[in-house]
Amino acid sequence: MAAYDVPRFLNAGEAALVVEIGDSIAAELSERVAMLDAALAAAAIPGVGETVPTYRSLLVNYDPAVIDTGGLIARLRALWPSAGRLAAPRHWIVPVAYGGSFGEDLDEFARRKAMTSEAVVERHLAGRYRVYMVGFMPGFTYLGGLDPELALPRRDVPRTLTPAGSISIGGIQTAISSIAAPSGWHLLGRTPVRAFDKRRDPPFLFNTGDLISFERIDAAAWRELAEAAAAGEPVARPATPP
Amino acid sequence: MSAALEVIAPGLMTTVQDLGRFGYQRFGLSPAGAVDGLALQIANALVGNAPGEAALEMTLQGATLEIAAPAARLAFAGDFALAIDGRPVAAYRSHLAHRGQLLAVGRAKSGLRGYLAVAGGLALAPELGSRATHLRAGLGGLEGRDLRGGDRLELRAAAPPAGLERALSAADIPERRNLLRVVLGPQDDYFDAAAIADFFKATYTVTASADRMGMRLAGPRIRHARGFDVISDAVVTGSIQVPGSGEPIVMLAERQTTGGYPKLATVIGADLPQAAQARPGTSLRFTPVDLAEAQRVRAAQLAWLAGLPQRLVPAGAARWNDADRLLGLNLISGVADAASDP
Repeated sequence: MAAYDVPRFLNAGEAALVVEIGDSIAAELSERVAMLDAALAAAAIPGVGETVPTYRSLLVNYDPAVIDTGGLIARLRALWPSAGRLAAPRHWIVPVAYGGSFGEDLDEFARRKAMTSEAVVERHLAGRYRVYMVGFMPGFTYLGGLDPELALPRRDVPRTLTPAGSISIGGIQTAISSIAAPSGWHLLGRTPVRAFDKRRDPPFLFNTGDLISFERIDAAAWRELAEAAAAGEPVARPATPP
Repeated sequence: MSAALEVIAPGLMTTVQDLGRFGYQRFGLSPAGAVDGLALQIANALVGNAPGEAALEMTLQGATLEIAAPAARLAFAGDFALAIDGRPVAAYRSHLAHRGQLLAVGRAKSGLRGYLAVAGGLALAPELGSRATHLRAGLGGLEGRDLRGGDRLELRAAAPPAGLERALSAADIPERRNLLRVVLGPQDDYFDAAAIADFFKATYTVTASADRMGMRLAGPRIRHARGFDVISDAVVTGSIQVPGSGEPIVMLAERQTTGGYPKLATVIGADLPQAAQARPGTSLRFTPVDLAEAQRVRAAQLAWLAGLPQRLVPAGAARWNDADRLLGLNLISGVADAASDP
């Protein structure tokens, strides 16, 4: 689970560098990636462009006409391990309708886990999750912190289309989808929250490092909240500070 | 008076594109933008636009557009058949077209993508800082989608600025190459030396699974040495992913932002236009270059682009419709005289 002693620097072409700090999916690595990303942003190094934090690495785009690769690596080494503290994570309550037409794999998933569907939902609701990565497609939010009892490999045959807002499980992770797309993950439920809505400010709701809790809603509440979301409301709400 | 281009026929896949939308990859949104960014910049240079002005990207079969403006100055970069009111005209030069005229972009004679720029640009509001159409996100361009018959694209300039038509010199017209240079990594350690050597010996064919997101290649399978699942990490444009099938996928402008297959190598930026022009059925090969060489080639291409506006030549009268003949004449008569050529 631990991070490497020293990061690996890998070329992704002539103008991007992957800073790989470990080789597993873990909260500690996700936090360290976020800290390195924050430290790099604070350093405001000329020639450094957009960065992309993922589970265990940070992609750094750069302009080799402004900063040479060796110079960039030296600056990144100096920032590691990043000692700065991250801003307190935002904690979101995300409403979800489980099962039925909202989560058509719930019953089959429960059978494969030898649990009742209700037990699956209760365990999923009990988790407090951390956004490990937003990626692959716009707003797709990968969450760590799934109850190991709910881990299940992906479906043998992926679905060619799953709806926006799907709450699903794939392997040891759960996720919130944002646009209709193919997926091989198990669909447990659906949220009216739009993780991505270009008309809303901000267009993307969740950041790497945010905390997520789910809250169960029924079909009527789902429809009501879906209308609010369509009108541009975030629908996901901040958890009350303790 | 309003000025617009009206879409009579949209072609196979025509979208509004600029050089892409940056800053949102951490939210899963890839840059999109022109798959062949070099051709986009050439088209813009020919009509006097800034390099990253939004233009129309056409694919294999171009669009037919009616000029709904007193006049519009247009230029097309790409090896496509073009005609104004049925009269063949040359690519890689600007043309002044008048109200009611039809510009028909036909089939690509070679390559896959071409770019139509209009002087002054398209009057479209940027979304998240760019006019690039991102089809999967429904963002940018015209309503975030590809063009349809009946669409109307408003122009920012009601009438074209006075000026002579300009052409790309013959030496500057991009050549197609089927050998793409790559920098190894970031996950070349998922393959042994023999598998990597085989990859560089092999010839791949672009399959029908080729779009703005990427292209799947068919050919010799690349053997993984350590399995084919990596913990998903960031993808860049040009990433060559090797999934379980062993047949590589080259990521293009509207790619996913992260991927869970080993990325053997990355096509260098200067060769992305060659990848962008590889239509299904095209044979492609790959050759490794080291980082310093890739960066040298990148700098050379940027310098080439920076000097492009100064290297344009006057294109002479619109009656000339054979680019080679026109350009030959310019070489003989000199740049200063060419403007008065018949």
